[in-house]
Amino acid sequence: MKKLMTLLLMALMVTGLQAQNKSDLPNVTLKDLNGKDVNLSKLSNNGNPIVLTFWATWCSPCIKEHSALNDVYQDWQDETGVKIYAVSIDDSRSTARVKPMVEGKGWEFEVLLDVNSDLKRAMNVSNPPHTFLIDGNGKIVWYHTGYVEGGEEDLYEEILKIAKKK
Amino acid sequence: MRKYLLITVALALFSFRASAQSFLENSQVNGSFQTDAQYYVLDKGIGIDDLLGKKMGINGFGKVNYTNGNFSAGVRFEAFLPEMNGFRSELKGVGLANFFATYDNGFIGMTVGDIYDQFGCGFVFRTYEEWSLGMDNALRGARVVIRPTKGVTLKGLYGRQRYYWAPYLERDFNDDDTRGIVRGVDAEWDLNQSIPALNDSKFRMSLGGSFVSKKQYDMSIFYYIPENVGAAAGRLNLGYGNWSFSTEYAYKINDPSAINNFIYKEGQALMASLSYSQKGFGAVLQVKRVDNMSFKSMYTGKQNDLDINFIPPINYTHTHSLPSMYTYSTQPNGEMAAQLQVNYTIPKGTALGGKYGTKLAFNMSQVNDIVRDSVMDNGRMVISRPGSLGYTSRFFAVSNHRFFRDINFEIDKRISKDWHITAQYINLYYDIETIEGHAGAPVVKANIGFLDLTYKINKKQSLRLELQGLWENEVHAGYEYEESEKKDYQKRGDWAFALLEYTITPHWSFSIADKWNYGNPVEEYRDHYFTGTVSYIHEATRIMLSAGRQSEGVVCVGGVCRTVPASSGVTLTVSTSF
Repeated sequence: MKKLMTLLLMALMVTGLQAQNKSDLPNVTLKDLNGKDVNLSKLSNNGNPIVLTFWATWCSPCIKEHSALNDVYQDWQDETGVKIYAVSIDDSRSTARVKPMVEGKGWEFEVLLDVNSDLKRAMNVSNPPHTFLIDGNGKIVWYHTGYVEGGEEDLYEEILKIAKKK
Repeated sequence: MRKYLLITVALALFSFRASAQSFLENSQVNGSFQTDAQYYVLDKGIGIDDLLGKKMGINGFGKVNYTNGNFSAGVRFEAFLPEMNGFRSELKGVGLANFFATYDNGFIGMTVGDIYDQFGCGFVFRTYEEWSLGMDNALRGARVVIRPTKGVTLKGLYGRQRYYWAPYLERDFNDDDTRGIVRGVDAEWDLNQSIPALNDSKFRMSLGGSFVSKKQYDMSIFYYIPENVGAAAGRLNLGYGNWSFSTEYAYKINDPSAINNFIYKEGQALMASLSYSQKGFGAVLQVKRVDNMSFKSMYTGKQNDLDINFIPPINYTHTHSLPSMYTYSTQPNGEMAAQLQVNYTIPKGTALGGKYGTKLAFNMSQVNDIVRDSVMDNGRMVISRPGSLGYTSRFFAVSNHRFFRDINFEIDKRISKDWHITAQYINLYYDIETIEGHAGAPVVKANIGFLDLTYKINKKQSLRLELQGLWENEVHAGYEYEESEKKDYQKRGDWAFALLEYTITPHWSFSIADKWNYGNPVEEYRDHYFTGTVSYIHEATRIMLSAGRQSEGVVCVGGVCRTVPASSGVTLTVSTSF
């Protein structure tokens, strides 16, 4: 059995080496609010920046962050073409509340459901909120944990840096 | 074996030559580290008059993942030297707690090592890890995922679950370790993805089913323990436009265990939710019935040990200090629960909405017991007698025994560019005897209010004030309690809480807080829990130092939340990820 495992592992590594994948984002598939599959490694925004924020319905700083982001999102999009994906790490305790909360609060960004924390684990997120900024080539260029009032301004400065480079 | 090895190595070398460049380009290493350390001091004021030989507790982990295209592998090292107060003593130790290797090309995915996965909502299978709780029930074994056509996912897995640091032997003869093997299969079919005509349809549908079994060893001298226990579940998700409906039902054959008091009754669970949402409005109604559904890979397991399944509590999760003192947890032996959540935003530019809109939320949840009727056992009518069939239960009957109720209303409003306010009112009913097992303690009936006020001083600096109050309706100060009764009133009665936080983005946060049990019916319990905290955040690194008294609950400082146990002393948290 052990021999077989070793063989299998090695075979896997061989195939693994040949794969092509340029994005910094892991090969993890999540569902959006309509149940559609979204593979993170294939996420793209036509060369424009992407913001990935981890949140949960029970995390009050996350909700503050999202409310603040939502207030400026339209302006940010017009100026930089940025797209925000909010990854909910709510488990089955509270997944049913995610969509009504997102719609009820009128948030405009894309929301993905990480019900069993697959993406959270793959991206080494310990506590929400945790925000990543991804450039047009799929590279993670900035990240930050926690949110305090005004934190979105720092994020925007970083977005402007990479948006200008285009 | 050697022949195979040679071939593999040759293949590997060849492929390495072919793709050495892309190998370097594509390979990625990331990871995270966290250390939580506490230094404890004696504090007679809150009843800590003996440290029991424990001056410090340190919980730490380090995790490294390697990814290369379709291949990924990772290890997690853990150290509890010893574990912090409030964590299980079995955690004490150091070692490689977790490792895995996965290959997934979209059609087939294979994992060996420690597996975290979930079938449906978790009624029959869920393995996960929660650092702040010291909880990890990973399945060490193998998993295959096959996606034969678009929209269809088939999974199969088997293995043994993590039990703190117990070795993963086929079977060891330690009395405390009767862990069995867990095997499971799951299938999911998403019609919208597999049928092209439905790809962009307003109508959405997906179906799923799973079967999980455990093979355990009968080590009991009192009972005949079934060596194979199977559980099955089916689920359905439907959606049309703004509406969605989802349901899951699970059935488990008889599974006598320490949790259900060794009764031979089958288990059932049902959950259903209906929701409607459109921009500015969302509502969800959820119902749940659980009957004898504890499912562990060790029949002697207690608390959350070796849970194979997960029965989600469906009430609102409070994170503020006072309301989170009374958090409901699922009663796997039986409960009937319902929840209604409504979110509404009063639009911008209206009289009540103002310039920024006003966000309102309402939530109500209630949990009662199921109704149990007696069964015939050896010529006598009994209920829940060990060794018997336990009881019969009418599916839709609700007992008058209420475990929990929470009615809350929240308003969230940005008043101006600089001022933001959140306020919530909560009416709580909490049967402390059932939920926490405090025999004889009176039910908690409380009104709770909180106000969270943020003021932005300038672009970089802000102040936040949090005020909370908890008023118990039926437990009042001034009553003369018998010495023997006193213990039931620890942490009871009225509470006040205040927190002031000053932050400078993006790095610094300073806060002071006091939690005061001013209305405890027993005078000696009217304690202050005073804490001061400094936190520094740089990118994904967080350093937090706090000193003072900490009572149980969830604490959010510097914008990050975690649960903490009761203590007095100094706490240091350092975490980073890369």
